[in-house]
Amino acid sequence: MMEAHKPDREMSASGSVSTVSREDNLVVSSEDSSSPDDSELELGLELSLGGGGFKQQATSGGHYARILTAKDFPSVVSSSSSLSSSSSSLSKTNHVTAGTKRSADSVAAAANATSQVVGWPPIRNSRINCTVVNQAKSIANEEYNSVIEKNKRKNTVLEKITNSCNNGGNAKGRTSLFVKVNMDGIPIGRKVDLNAHSCYETLAQTLEDMFHRPTTTVNAFRSSLQEHDIRVEATRPSKLLDGTSDFVLTYEDKEGDWMLVGDVPWGMFLISVKRLRIMRTSEANGLAPRLQESSWRQRNKPV
Amino acid sequence: MESYSKRKRECPSSPESTQPSSFPDEVLERVLALLTSHKDRSSVSLVCKDWYNAERWSRTRVFIGNCYSVSPEILARRFPNIRCVILKGKPRFSDFNLVPHNWGADIHAWLVAFANNYPFLEELRLKRMAVNDESLEFLALNFPNFKVLSLLSCDGFSTDGLAAITTHCKNLTELDIHENGVEDRSGNWLSCFPESFTSLEVLNYANLSSEVNFDALERLVSRCKSLKVLKVNKSISLEQLQRLLVRAPQLVELGTGTFVQELTPRQCAELESAFNNCKNIHTLSGLWEATVLHLPALYPACSNLTFLNLSYAALQSGELAKLLAHCPRLQRLWVLDTVEDKGLEAVGSNCPLLEELRVFPADPFDEEIIHGVTEAGFLAVSFGCRRLHYVLYFCRQMTNAAVATIVQNCPDFTHFRLCIMNPGQPDYLTNEPMDEAFGAVVRTCTKLQRLSVSGLLTDLTFEYIGNYAKNLEVLSVAFAGSSDWGMQCVLGGCSKLRKLEIRDCPFGNLALLSGLEKYESMRSLWMSACKLTMSGCRRLAREMPRLNVEVMKEDGSDDGHADKVYVYRTVAGPRRDAPPSVLTL
Repeated sequence: MMEAHKPDREMSASGSVSTVSREDNLVVSSEDSSSPDDSELELGLELSLGGGGFKQQATSGGHYARILTAKDFPSVVSSSSSLSSSSSSLSKTNHVTAGTKRSADSVAAAANATSQVVGWPPIRNSRINCTVVNQAKSIANEEYNSVIEKNKRKNTVLEKITNSCNNGGNAKGRTSLFVKVNMDGIPIGRKVDLNAHSCYETLAQTLEDMFHRPTTTVNAFRSSLQEHDIRVEATRPSKLLDGTSDFVLTYEDKEGDWMLVGDVPWGMFLISVKRLRIMRTSEANGLAPRLQESSWRQRNKPV
Repeated sequence: MESYSKRKRECPSSPESTQPSSFPDEVLERVLALLTSHKDRSSVSLVCKDWYNAERWSRTRVFIGNCYSVSPEILARRFPNIRCVILKGKPRFSDFNLVPHNWGADIHAWLVAFANNYPFLEELRLKRMAVNDESLEFLALNFPNFKVLSLLSCDGFSTDGLAAITTHCKNLTELDIHENGVEDRSGNWLSCFPESFTSLEVLNYANLSSEVNFDALERLVSRCKSLKVLKVNKSISLEQLQRLLVRAPQLVELGTGTFVQELTPRQCAELESAFNNCKNIHTLSGLWEATVLHLPALYPACSNLTFLNLSYAALQSGELAKLLAHCPRLQRLWVLDTVEDKGLEAVGSNCPLLEELRVFPADPFDEEIIHGVTEAGFLAVSFGCRRLHYVLYFCRQMTNAAVATIVQNCPDFTHFRLCIMNPGQPDYLTNEPMDEAFGAVVRTCTKLQRLSVSGLLTDLTFEYIGNYAKNLEVLSVAFAGSSDWGMQCVLGGCSKLRKLEIRDCPFGNLALLSGLEKYESMRSLWMSACKLTMSGCRRLAREMPRLNVEVMKEDGSDDGHADKVYVYRTVAGPRRDAPPSVLTL
C-alpha cells in the first residue's frame, strides 16, 4: 500500500482509489502553499455531466471514482480544523475520489504533483504543456450567459468576437477569458470571465460579489484608486467568512510569478494573467511593502 | 543496392538443409533484398539455413521493438549490412511518468557497436530511448553517410546535441525531433547547418520552444530544393510562415507556427496567396492559437489534405466546421475536445473518407470542465464516417448503447482506444459497468488489433476480450477488472497478443503465472499498482529463464509488494545497466 506521504501515488493495489494523503488534498490552508491550487480541493458544484454521471453509490464490488460534491462535507467552512474532521469522515466511507484538481502547470513535474493519479489521463507531457497555454483562451462558456460585444482592446493583438448564447445555447464565441479565482480560506474556487470587464474596478466588484466579501480591501490597486484603500462597505452580511483578515487581489502570470493586480495596463494584464487569487494580506509579503502598514491599520480599526 | 561488404561464407552444410539450394546464393540474396516487411523477412529466415543466411546478408533495415530483447553484439553478428535501425526502448507507460527516470534504454552502447559494425549506417529512428548530447555528438562524428535521424519520445539531450548533428552530418536528409524531452537551451542548432548544405528533405522541430534564427531558416529552406516536410515551432509567426511558404511551395507536409498575429490586409492576402501556391500539401499541423481570423488563409491549400492535426489549436465547433468544408479528402483528423460534439457532427458531415480520428482533451485535469466531447460526438462521427478504423477518444461520459451503435456503423476498427477520463466511471445513463460496450467492440470488430479500455469494468469485459478479440495484439487496461480471472481470460484467449499493459487493476500472482507459457510469444507485459508480490515475480523468473522480469520498487512500499513489473522476452539475458531501483529477478 502506498503511504500517505506520497500524494502522487494514491492508488492502492486493490485498484480502488482512496484518499490516502487526505491532509495534502483536503486541507484548505493557504499558509502552507504558495500555489494554493495545488493543495486545495476545488469542488465544481455546478457539475452536471448531462444527467448525473456522478450519482452512484458504493455498490458491492463497485469501486469507481467520483468527484466530491459539497454533500460530502458536513459543512463548507474555511477553518482547517473542521475540514480535517470532515476528511476523516470521508476516509471512513468507501466512496472514492477522483482526481483532486491538479493545476495544469504542475503536471509536467508529475512526480511532485499532488494529483491523486500519476499518469492519468494518459496524455504525453508534450501535449500537456501545450494545453496549459491554451487553457485560458479555449475554455468555452456554456455554463454562463454571455452577451454580444465587440471587444477591442488597445494593448492586445487579438480581436475577439462574442456571440450571444442562451442557457445551454450552442453558439459559442471565442472571446471569453475565464480564469480561476481562489480565495484563501474558501475551498471552492470560482471562474470569472475577464473579457466581461474592461478595467480593474468592475473586476474587483464582481469578485467581491462572488465571494461575498464586503470587507475586502483591495489594497493592490494603485494610482487612481489609492484613495479607495478602504472600500465603502455595503451592509451585506458575510455569510461564509466571519471575522477573517483583509485580502488583496493577486494574479499568477505566464511566468508563474504572483503579482499584485493593478500594476500594469488592463490589456497587458489580460495577456499575462493565468489565474487569480484573493490572498490574505498577511500572505502578501513582498508583493508590496505598504500592505503591511495598511493591514495593520485595518486590524486596528474598530469592527 | 550498394555493394556488400566482403563476407566470409559460413559453413554451408548443416543437418537442417535437406536439399541443396536451387539458386546461387547471390540470386537468392537479390531476390530477398526486395523484401521489405520485417515479418516477411522473419518468416523467410526460418525456412532453412541457406535462406536464413541469404536473408541476413540482404537485410539492410532492422526493427527492434524492445531494445533489451537483443544485444548490439548479437545484432551485429547476425546482420552484417544494416543501414537503418529502428529501435524502441522504454515501456509505453514511461510517456505518462510511470517508469523511473533512469530506467535505461540508453542508446550509447548501440552507437558504439554500430560504429564498429555499421560504419555506413544511414538511418536511425528511436522511440523512448535515453539519448544524451554525448551520444548525438558521437553519432554526428562517426557515421559519414548518416542521413536520417528521427527521435520520438526520447529524452536526455539538449539542443547542443542537435547542434552537433546539424554541424557535422553533411548528408542529412531528415531531422525529426518532435515530442521529446529536450532541454531547449537555444535555437542555435539550426544555424549550424553549413551554407553549403542542401540535402534536407524533412525538418520537424515542432515541439522545441526556442526561437531559431529566422534568416538562417529562410536561407536553409531556400537552398534545400528537395524539402518536403517542414514543421516549425510556435515561435515562427504568420508573417515568417508566409516567407517560408513562398520559398517552399513544393512542401508536402507543413507544420505552421503560431497562427495568430495582427496582420495588415496586404499581409493577409500574401499569406493566402502563399497557401494557394502550395497545392501539394497533404499533411497540416501546428496551428497554435489558430482563430477564425486567419484560418481562412489556409483554405486554398486544403484541397488535397489527407491528415489534419489540430491537436494544438483550440478550435470551436464553428471554426472547425468551416475549415472541414474545405477538406473533402480528409482521412486523418486530430482535434482538441474544444470542438465539442457539435464540431464532431461537422466531422461526420464533411469527411466521408475519414479513417482515423483522435480527440484530445484540452483540459484533462480540471474536473470543473463540463464540456468537451461526449458519446453524442462519437456517434455523429460514426454515422458519417463509415470508413473509420482508428479512434483515440478522450471523453467524460459514455454509454454502452452508444458504443454498440458506433461499432455497428464502423465495424472495421483496427484500433479502438477509448479513454473515459474519470477512472472507473460507469455508463452514465444506466449506471452499469461498461462491459457491454467493449463486448460489442470485440464481437463486431473482428479486425481489432489494438484496444484501450476504460470506465467501470468487471471481469466480464475481459471474458469478452478473451473470447472474441482473436486478432488483438495490444491491450491497455487501467482501473478495471474484478479478479485474477479477468487477466487469465485475456492471456488464455488472445492468441496474437504481443503487448499487454495494465495499471491499477486487481490482478495478482495467479493471473501473472497463468501466462507463463504465453509471455515468450509476446513482446512485453507491464503491470503496475496491481496485486503482484515479489514471490510471484520470482517464481515467474525462475520458471521462464528466457524472460527478463524486472521489478521497480517505490520508496516506502512494503517489501513483499511488487509495485511495477515489466516482463519481456529476450535473447540477451538479464541486462547489466539497470539502476538500483530496478531489480531483475
